[in-house]
Amino acid sequence: MDTVVLARAFFGTSLGFHIIFATLGVGIPLMIVIAEIIHQVKGDNDYAIMAKRWTKAFAVLLGVAIPSGTIVGVQLSLLWPGFMEIVGKVISLPFQIEIFAFFLEALFMSIYVYAADRLPRYFRLISVFFVALGAVASAILISAVNTWMNTPAGFKIKPDGTIYDVNPWDAFFNPSFLSSSFHVAITAYMTGAFAVASVAAFKLLKKRSDRERAYHLKGLFMSLTVALVMSFVSAVSGHHSAQILHQHSPEKLAAAEGLFETQRYAPLAIGGYTDPKTEEVKYGIEIPWALSWLAAGRFDTEVKGLYEFPRETWPPFYVHTLFNLMVGIGTLLLGLAAVALTYWWFFVKKRGKPFPKWLLWSLVLSGPLSMLGIEFGWVFSCSGRQPWTIYRVQTTAEAATKNEDLGVLFLLFLFLYALLSVLTVLILTAYFKRNPVSKDMEKIQG
Amino acid sequence: MSEEVLAILMMWTFIFIYSIFGSIDFGAGFWAMIYNNHRTMAGRIANRFLSPTWEITNTFLVLLVVAFVGFFPKGAYTLGTVMLVPVSLILFLLAIRSAFMVFSYSVQGYRRTMFIISGISGLLIPSLLIAVLPISQGGFISVDGDTQSLLLGKLFTSPTLYLYVLFGLTSELYLSSLFLADYARVSNREEAYRLYRSNAILLGPLTLLSALFTLLFMPPESRWLIDNLMDQKIWFILSLLAFLVAYASIWWPKQNRPGIGRPRFTLLATVFQYGLASIGYGLAHLPYIVFPELTIYEAFTAKETFYSLMIMYIVGLAILAPGFYIFWRLFLKDKRYLQQD
Repeated sequence: MDTVVLARAFFGTSLGFHIIFATLGVGIPLMIVIAEIIHQVKGDNDYAIMAKRWTKAFAVLLGVAIPSGTIVGVQLSLLWPGFMEIVGKVISLPFQIEIFAFFLEALFMSIYVYAADRLPRYFRLISVFFVALGAVASAILISAVNTWMNTPAGFKIKPDGTIYDVNPWDAFFNPSFLSSSFHVAITAYMTGAFAVASVAAFKLLKKRSDRERAYHLKGLFMSLTVALVMSFVSAVSGHHSAQILHQHSPEKLAAAEGLFETQRYAPLAIGGYTDPKTEEVKYGIEIPWALSWLAAGRFDTEVKGLYEFPRETWPPFYVHTLFNLMVGIGTLLLGLAAVALTYWWFFVKKRGKPFPKWLLWSLVLSGPLSMLGIEFGWVFSCSGRQPWTIYRVQTTAEAATKNEDLGVLFLLFLFLYALLSVLTVLILTAYFKRNPVSKDMEKIQG
Repeated sequence: MSEEVLAILMMWTFIFIYSIFGSIDFGAGFWAMIYNNHRTMAGRIANRFLSPTWEITNTFLVLLVVAFVGFFPKGAYTLGTVMLVPVSLILFLLAIRSAFMVFSYSVQGYRRTMFIISGISGLLIPSLLIAVLPISQGGFISVDGDTQSLLLGKLFTSPTLYLYVLFGLTSELYLSSLFLADYARVSNREEAYRLYRSNAILLGPLTLLSALFTLLFMPPESRWLIDNLMDQKIWFILSLLAFLVAYASIWWPKQNRPGIGRPRFTLLATVFQYGLASIGYGLAHLPYIVFPELTIYEAFTAKETFYSLMIMYIVGLAILAPGFYIFWRLFLKDKRYLQQD
C-alpha cells in the first residue's frame, strides 16, 4: 500500500474507533443530566439510580474516549503534517477552545465521580451539567475544523502555497459550521438515547420482578422520548446539511446521488449502486424531481452533475451507498422510536400490556444501528471530499506524511484498539454483573 | 517583544508547567507501584492523588500539542514528520495507562495490573517525552530534499539521549517525592512523609549530577547550544542557589511543632529552581525550534491567528480558574478526602 492510502486507513481507523466513545461521551451525559433533573423534580429514586449507573458506564467509556481522543489529536500532526501546517495558521482557534472544553469536562468529571459524597445535591447537578456541556462543546468545536475542511474560509492562498489575509473567526464560522456541527451534536444525543434504550429493552426481554420491570420501563420511556425528538431534529438538520452541500460542495452531492448530468427536475436515487462503467445508478429507486426539491426547495432547481467537474476531482462512487445507509438508518430509527412510543401510549400505559418481543428486539438493535449511522456519516463526509483534504486547497496526497514507517505502527494501534474494545466490554459486564440494579435499589431504600 | 518571542515564551511556560505536573503525575504512578500495599500507606497516598488528577494532566499534554500547532505550524510539520515513531509509542503507552486508570476504579480485579502498567509507563513515557530535547538540538534529523526523517539508529546509540533520559527520570522522581512528601504531610501520614522525604534526600544530588553530565557530554552538533548556555550562566547559578536552599530546607525544623522538614517550602523552592534553569535553557535555545532547520521566525503562525489565540487563552483561563480552584479545594486540601481511612 502506498503511504497516502496507509495514512488514510490508519487515521480512519483511529477516528472510527474514537467516534464510538466520543459519541457516547456526548450522548450519555445528556441522559444523566435529564435523569438527575427528573429525580430532583419528581423525587423518584429510580432516576437517581439511573443517573448513578449511567455515570458508571460513562466513566468506563471515558477511559477509552480520553486516550483515543488524545491519539487522534496528536496523530493529526503525525500523519497529516502538511495539513496541520495550514490548520495551525488558519483554524487552530476551535482546537484551542476545545482544550478548554476538555478541561471543563475533565475537572467536573473528577469532581462528580470522586467527590460526589462530599458535595451538596445541587452541586452534583451542576457538575454533571458542566461535564455534559464540556462534552458537547468539544464535539462542536472539533467538528468546526472538519466543516472548515469541507467549506474552507477565512484565508487566501498564493499559488506557491503562502497563506495570507487570515481571519480566524471567519474560518471558524465557515459556511457549513453551524449546520454540520449541529448535526454532529444532535446525532450524538440521538445515539446516546438509543444506546440507553437498547440496554433497557434488552433488560425487559427477560422475566423480572415488577419493581425492576417498572425501573427499566421508565428508562426505556425516557430514552425513547429523547431519541424521538433527537431523530426528528437530526433529520431536519441533515436535510439542511444536504442543502449546504448543494451550495458549497456540489460534486459531493452529485456523487452522493450518483448524478452525472447537470439538470433541473433532478431525480432522487434511493438504493442501488453507482456503476463506474455505465456511469449511472443501477438497481436504485428513482423519485422524479425529488433531488431538485430537496436541494433548494424548488422542483426546477438546477443540480450539478459530476460531468460538470474534472474527472480527477470526482469523489469515489461508493459514497452513494454510504449516503443511503446514513439517511436510511436515520429514517428507520425515527420510525422505530415513533412506533415504540405509540405502542407504549396505547398498550403499555393504558392497558398494562408488555412490549412484544419483536419490538423489544428491534429496540435492542437501535443503539448499534444509530452508531453505525454515525460511522457511515463520517466516512461519507470525509471520503466524499476526496481527493481533497481541504476542499480545493490541499489534496490528501499533499497533506500526508512522507514517513514510510506507518505499516508497523498501524498494526500496533490495531492491536491497541482491539485490546481496548475487549477490555471495555469485559469491564462493563463485570461491573454490572457484580452490581445489579436490585443492589442499588436496596441501598437507596435501606 | 516580538510576537514570535511572545509565542515561544507562552510555549515554554506551558512546557514548564506540564513538565512539573507531568513529573508529579508519572512519578506518583511509579511510587504507587513501588509502595503498593506498603505499611506506611505511601502507595495509597500516591494513588489517592493520582485518581482524580491524571485526566487533567493528560489534558495539559494535549494542550501542549494544540498550542504548538497553533503558534508554530511549521514546527508541527517538522516535528510531526520526524517524531512519528517516538510519539506513536508515547500515545500507545498513554492509552493503555489511561484506560487502566479508569478500569481499575470500576473493577477491583484490575488494580494490580493498573499499578504495574502505570508504574512502568510512568518511567517510559517521560523518557520518550524528553527525547524531543536532544532531537531539537540537532544532529539527529536527516534532510533529503523535501523529506526530513529521524536518524533512529544514531539517536538510540547516542549517550546524550540516555543522559537526558537520566536527568528526566531523576528529576521526575525527585519532584514527585517532594510533592508526595508534602501531600503525605497534609494527609497527616508522618510515616509516608518520612519515606518520601528520604527518597528526596537521595534523589536531589542525583538530579544535579545527571544535569552536569548531560551538559558535559553534549555531542559536537550541539556546540551552538553549549556556547549559548554559557552566555546564560547567571540563570544556572541562581538555579543552583535555589537548589541548595530547597535541599537544605528538607532538614529545617517544622513550624511550632516537633518534626523535621517543611515539605511545602521545599517543593515550591524546587519548582522555582527548575523554573530558573528552564529560563536559562529556553533563552539559550533561541531562536531555534529544531537546530538548524527551523527557527521560531520561520515556524510562526499567521499574526491574526496568534492574536485571537492569545485572547482566547486569557478568556479561557479566566473562565476555568474557578473550576481549578474548586478542584484544588476538593482533592488537595479537603481533609475529608485526604484523611479517609
